[in-house]
Amino acid sequence: MSTTVLKIENLGISFGGLKAVQDLNLEIKEKQLYGLVGPNGAGKTTVFNMLTGVYKPTTGNFYLDGENLTGKAQDVINQKGIARTFQNIRLFNNMTVIRNVMVGLHNRPEFKCGVFASIFRLPSYYKTEKAMRQKAKEILRIVGLEEERNNLSCNLPYGKQRKLEIARALATNPRLLCLDEPAAGMNPNETADLMDIIKFIRDEFNVTILLIEHDMKFVSGLCDEVTVLNFGTVLAQGKTRDALNDPEVIKAYIGG
Amino acid sequence: MEIIETLLNGMSIGSTYAMIALGYTMVYGIAKMLNFAHGDVIMVGGYMLFITMASALSNPIIGLIFAVVVCMILGITIEKIAYKPLRGASPLAVLITAIGVSYLLQSTAQMIFGSAPKMVILLDLGNIEFGGLKVPVYTLITLGCSVVIMLVLSLFVKYTKTGRAMIAVSEDKGAAQLMGINVNGIITITFAIGSALAAFAGFFMLLKSPSLSNTLGAMPGIKAFTAAVIGGIGSIPGAMLGGLLMGVVEAISFKIPVIAPYTDAIEFLILIVILLVRPSGILGRKRREKV
Amino acid sequence: MANMFAKIKWKHFINYIVVAIAMIVFGVMSLTGALSSSTVYLLEKIAIAIILAVSLSVVVGFLGELSLGHAGFMCIGAYLGGKASLLLEPVMGDGFLTLIVSMIVGGAIAALCGAVIGLPALRLKGDYLAIVTLAFGEIVRSIFMNTKKESFGGSLGLETPRYDKDILFIIAFVFVLITLAVLQNLIRSKHGRAITSIRDNEIASKATGINVTKYKLIVFTISSFFAGIAGVLYSFSNYTVQSSKFSYNYSIEILVMVVLGGMGSINGSIIAATLITFLDVKLQTILTGDLAVLQDLFYALVLIILVIYNNAPALKGFRETHNLKVLLDRFRKHSPADRKDDEAKWDRVPTKISMDEVLSVDLQPQTTYTPDKPKKEGK
Repeated sequence: MSTTVLKIENLGISFGGLKAVQDLNLEIKEKQLYGLVGPNGAGKTTVFNMLTGVYKPTTGNFYLDGENLTGKAQDVINQKGIARTFQNIRLFNNMTVIRNVMVGLHNRPEFKCGVFASIFRLPSYYKTEKAMRQKAKEILRIVGLEEERNNLSCNLPYGKQRKLEIARALATNPRLLCLDEPAAGMNPNETADLMDIIKFIRDEFNVTILLIEHDMKFVSGLCDEVTVLNFGTVLAQGKTRDALNDPEVIKAYIGG
Repeated sequence: MEIIETLLNGMSIGSTYAMIALGYTMVYGIAKMLNFAHGDVIMVGGYMLFITMASALSNPIIGLIFAVVVCMILGITIEKIAYKPLRGASPLAVLITAIGVSYLLQSTAQMIFGSAPKMVILLDLGNIEFGGLKVPVYTLITLGCSVVIMLVLSLFVKYTKTGRAMIAVSEDKGAAQLMGINVNGIITITFAIGSALAAFAGFFMLLKSPSLSNTLGAMPGIKAFTAAVIGGIGSIPGAMLGGLLMGVVEAISFKIPVIAPYTDAIEFLILIVILLVRPSGILGRKRREKV
Repeated sequence: MANMFAKIKWKHFINYIVVAIAMIVFGVMSLTGALSSSTVYLLEKIAIAIILAVSLSVVVGFLGELSLGHAGFMCIGAYLGGKASLLLEPVMGDGFLTLIVSMIVGGAIAALCGAVIGLPALRLKGDYLAIVTLAFGEIVRSIFMNTKKESFGGSLGLETPRYDKDILFIIAFVFVLITLAVLQNLIRSKHGRAITSIRDNEIASKATGINVTKYKLIVFTISSFFAGIAGVLYSFSNYTVQSSKFSYNYSIEILVMVVLGGMGSINGSIIAATLITFLDVKLQTILTGDLAVLQDLFYALVLIILVIYNNAPALKGFRETHNLKVLLDRFRKHSPADRKDDEAKWDRVPTKISMDEVLSVDLQPQTTYTPDKPKKEGK
């Protein structure tokens, strides 16, 4: 019924002799919340790095809305509609919160304003600048950071930095939003808050979300489907409840 | 015959470069920084030789020992005062500080010794002739000594505990620390070794041409860094290879009248081309940035 | 109308106003003959230094890359602009027009070189990019040094036409204003934000869709354009160009101005450039011979101390309590209590879910691997 947003076919990568990820196949439908779980070193972040163009896959392809984006440059992939956050937060530390989000708005067609127009302060400059500020404020309000907008992003507490990263990724108007451990380092209060925000974002921005998370509560509370990775291979895949209750998965987590 | 003479000359220049390059490459490999002031440590070594030769002792060997000791202390001091506080800061800040240190050493030397070049005649060795081949003795001494020094260094890194610790630190500082290696100590040792090599390089440079000024180390420093990059930064054999290559190119280019004035330009052009074609250098390994 | 005035951020225009006032005051003084020729020379040097420092500041302070080839681009501008004016003089006379055209020629060719060098070199970053720019500067210098006497003057240097000194320094100041306008407008736009984002975190910047190579190229091109312009001004100010002047020591001198002024601060660069050039020229008569090196010694120390103060991780706390802003705030009678109040705001932002709601979702340890039902299915 709903359309496929991301399709991954036989995706794999090896570093030297080590096969970090192999034969990954998955399909994410529109507006789905999809989870990518697995023990440390299972290759989850590597999958993200391939999807966002940091690494070039050695095998396989991935398609966003049917368009093959395998091996494209990072900025191109982002402009095509895949945005991400990072496991270890990467904000523009010396910029204010609102400016961080405005960088995210940079490539949107509605805020087009060339270098020439900016240098010579043509009317389009003032118009886009105002519109961008407005839009950034709107996004910040959704993640609950509106009041912090003029603080330096490095001065935010940890949980808010994570939210800001999500806001910045959202600003690029993605089709697919990849969240790398969004709840890491948050207290239970913030985690619950974040779950609500993620659901709200999905509905408000019509975005499909792929997330990596260690917090099983978080994953099972949010995602309807998951893929479990272990040592770069798929261990289980399907409905969250079934996949997480798979004996193989429990063994991989608990060991033995 | 002239070709062999030129090549030998090039190899002796090259082995001096290699010795300086080793200082760059070891520091880069372990402290992950470009020690811009390394070239100026050579100059300080040169002035120490000058002081010894002008004093009552006037012995080149004592001068060399004196220079090595002073340079080692200097290298360690620079590291402790200027670079250590910036560990963990942005690479740009470290690089600018290193440039500042280089400037500081040059101007201090000029203040103490004046800007007029000093003549430091260490030994008058003359030439050796065999079978029509006329080779200056200093060329052979430079070549011989540098081969020995590099062999000792390679063995040191490979077979001693400290040397292996150095490799470990260059691979992963954090992991090395967890394994009980004193990372600060290793960095200090690296700076000491690099500076000692710089003192040797200064000795060989003055052996070749006795004119000493406060910019003695500046150009050779940059060229040696070029050599280190060409060979692959962080790689000890790479530094030797790069140094020899640079020396031979320089010697050949000096012999051809049309391109002789452009020698510096040619060497820098090689650097640019190597960096663009193979940024990791000839023997270097590719590094993947962690995301 | 009054509303419009109130809306203007005067902070953004203060540097234009100061430079323009300086230009008008000195312009009037020179018309009435109140300026000595040495003062005019000093003013030209200051203007050139400001253009150089501000254009380098965009590369170092905003893009976050180190260029040690700024003097090289200046050298290209100086030689080619000077040559252009020599060639144009018979055709267009030695007036204002020739001067402007040759300045633009010098700037444009420097910009072109910046782009050509930049295109492949910008794949590199950090130390490697710095060393490539250094190498580039040295290559340029060595090429001009060995040119034939009739083309670019060789090692003796190229003599350039003598323009009216009273006009030249005013033109130099006009170019300072242009430089400021172009670079500040660039920085204070969405493109400026993109450039700053590259400095702050290149990986995140790429992931946010910023075309890093494009922006590095733009910054290098514009910056080398103004370095070229400064070079042409230099050649006219000194009546001659000698390649030995443009060694990497000169690049470092410009770098000192940028660092002294504060990374990422254009006003700081202007002040530092003015101060250093003024000291340079004034001290030349006092510190003669080997004493002149005292100045270099001082710059080197300032560079090291400033960078360590501004960047050392261990000094973070010290920086926050001992800096110019805190000092100024004290003068403005901002009591420390006010500042605390601002900071306290952060905890006042309410979170959406209250504590007992959280507890109800919380699972017991033994049920960790029996997941909740996804809310959507609602069975």
